[in-house]
Amino acid sequence: MLFRMIRGVLFHQKGKMLLIALTIALGASLATGMLNVVLGVEEKVNKELKNYGANITVKPKDSSLLSDIYDVGGGAELNTAYLKEDELGKLKTIFWAFNIVDFTPFLDTQVVVPQGDSVKITGTWFNHHLDLPTGESLDAGIASMRSWWDITEGRWIDEKAEGADQEIMAGTSVAAGYGWHAGDRILLKGSAGEKEVTLAGIFDAGGDEDDLLFGSLDLVQALCGKEGKVASIEVSALTTPDNELARRAARNPAALSSRDYETWYCTAYVSAICYQIQEAISGSTATAVRKVAESEGTILDKTKLLMILITALSLIGSALGISNLVTASVMERSKEIGLLKAIGAKDRSITGVVMTEILITALFGYAAGSLLGLGFAQLIGHGVFGSAIEADPRVAPIVAGLIALVTVAGSLPAIRTILRLRPAEVLHGGH
Amino acid sequence: MSLLELKNVSKIYGDLKALDNVSLHVDQGEWVAIMGPSGSGKSTMMNIIGCMDKPTMGEVLLDGVDISKESSKKLTDIRRDKIGLIFQQFHMVNYLTAVENIMVSQYYHSMPDEKEALEALERVGLRERARHLPSQLSGGEQQRVCVARALINHPELILADEPTGNLDEANENIVLDLFAQLHKEGTTLIVVTHDPEVADAAQRTIVLEHGKVAREVINENFGKETKA
Repeated sequence: MLFRMIRGVLFHQKGKMLLIALTIALGASLATGMLNVVLGVEEKVNKELKNYGANITVKPKDSSLLSDIYDVGGGAELNTAYLKEDELGKLKTIFWAFNIVDFTPFLDTQVVVPQGDSVKITGTWFNHHLDLPTGESLDAGIASMRSWWDITEGRWIDEKAEGADQEIMAGTSVAAGYGWHAGDRILLKGSAGEKEVTLAGIFDAGGDEDDLLFGSLDLVQALCGKEGKVASIEVSALTTPDNELARRAARNPAALSSRDYETWYCTAYVSAICYQIQEAISGSTATAVRKVAESEGTILDKTKLLMILITALSLIGSALGISNLVTASVMERSKEIGLLKAIGAKDRSITGVVMTEILITALFGYAAGSLLGLGFAQLIGHGVFGSAIEADPRVAPIVAGLIALVTVAGSLPAIRTILRLRPAEVLHGGH
Repeated sequence: MSLLELKNVSKIYGDLKALDNVSLHVDQGEWVAIMGPSGSGKSTMMNIIGCMDKPTMGEVLLDGVDISKESSKKLTDIRRDKIGLIFQQFHMVNYLTAVENIMVSQYYHSMPDEKEALEALERVGLRERARHLPSQLSGGEQQRVCVARALINHPELILADEPTGNLDEANENIVLDLFAQLHKEGTTLIVVTHDPEVADAAQRTIVLEHGKVAREVINENFGKETKA
């Protein structure tokens, strides 16, 4: 009988039930879309932000101290300590190895160009291939870490090509100053030797780097006689936004309790990653590029907050919509409900019937909304981040719970109406 | 033996006394009509007897139990177990068929039994209309379905509020014949009406005026002359 009654209402009030299902579908779709994005956004936003540069700098401990005390740049002349090039692969062996998405070493020296001037050249990796101790391989370097550089002439240096260590790239300012063009042969004289190189490309970095020359690490090491040495490393890592624990740990990890230390060490805070880099690279000190790290955290937090707010607002909207529609449906059926009470139906039986009808409707709305929401997530993924957003298996049960909650909450005024309804009043007037 | 007894019952809404110190009794198996003009307190009395309202003062004894002090939940149980209700405007669940409307009453009482529900429809002459929706039935047919629904759980008391108020003469006669048949079978009937012809069909008529019992009329011809 219950089935016949529920089926009867669903078909008899199909217009209203369809509206309720649509309201629920709208809430479910936004919740599904936004929650999928919120859970997948951290990686996406982090990757997006990685295009704007490194967030960790690794320097030799002594050099860093000197630089901190005297507030001077890392000129080659002042640098008396170096990191070992053959230890760079260790960066991908730390606990948070998977969070380190890119890194590149730097070594600066002064060279004399044919025009007789002394120009700074930076040795680095461009797209350096690394075979890691873990068996994995990785291509790292500034080609990906300076993705915003505009190559105005020529091309990037390709380390996989023959003769890459005989090539350099020049910033637009220095190239324009000497009238150089891509393909020119230039003789560079360093403190430990000289090399004739080809200008592979000219770049516009939009900053100080436009006054520099860039060459392979091997080339610069040979020019200044610092084979196997690097002055600094820039690391791009996916990090978790700092919280109070991370800030305390950044000041002094040794002051943490063992439990806090474990939590901090096993969370991808920038300070925890720095700490682990220092453990891996001997004689190094790793520091967060605070502005980048903090902006990343702030942007991520705000993006997440915005999406959670949209989800909450859409669910509140759905609850209000459900509330109006279910109450209207109950009011429309007041005579029927009064009759059922008159023939002996208890309040809880009638409430049960009405709630079953609404929850069945909600189930259809939820199913349709979830599918729509997955589409939404993909739209946002492709539109904003240029890639698909994976459907997170946690979202479906969370949204189901939220929709059930919203449906029940939205139905409360209608239930109140049912409980207050007196059969005598709706069946033949009060007196 | 008295099935229903009202002792000094009053129902007061603010300054209005809808029922004013009413006392009456209805015996088991009796057919009583309650008559009166609009505003005389008929519907208020029906609501109180039908366990859909409580008096402000006085006692209402149904089958020896004072229902005037019972909780709403208990009144629902009493209504379900002891009373069959018939309304002027029929009141059927409009998305259920005739037989399903009867089965709803069984469902909330005990257990739906389609065979028994069809027999009840047979009794009111509507077996062939069992699968029709209320919108496909005439007013008279709907009221007959409502009579069948009121009977299905074998109540001790049938309480009808203007049961013929919306019917033409032919259908009024059919419904009154059904009542007469029920009365013969020993069912107690209380029919609230303003129609003298309907009241004349009952054994006894209680006339209400301004919330008070104005008079009682015994139908001397009851049993000798029934409406055709």
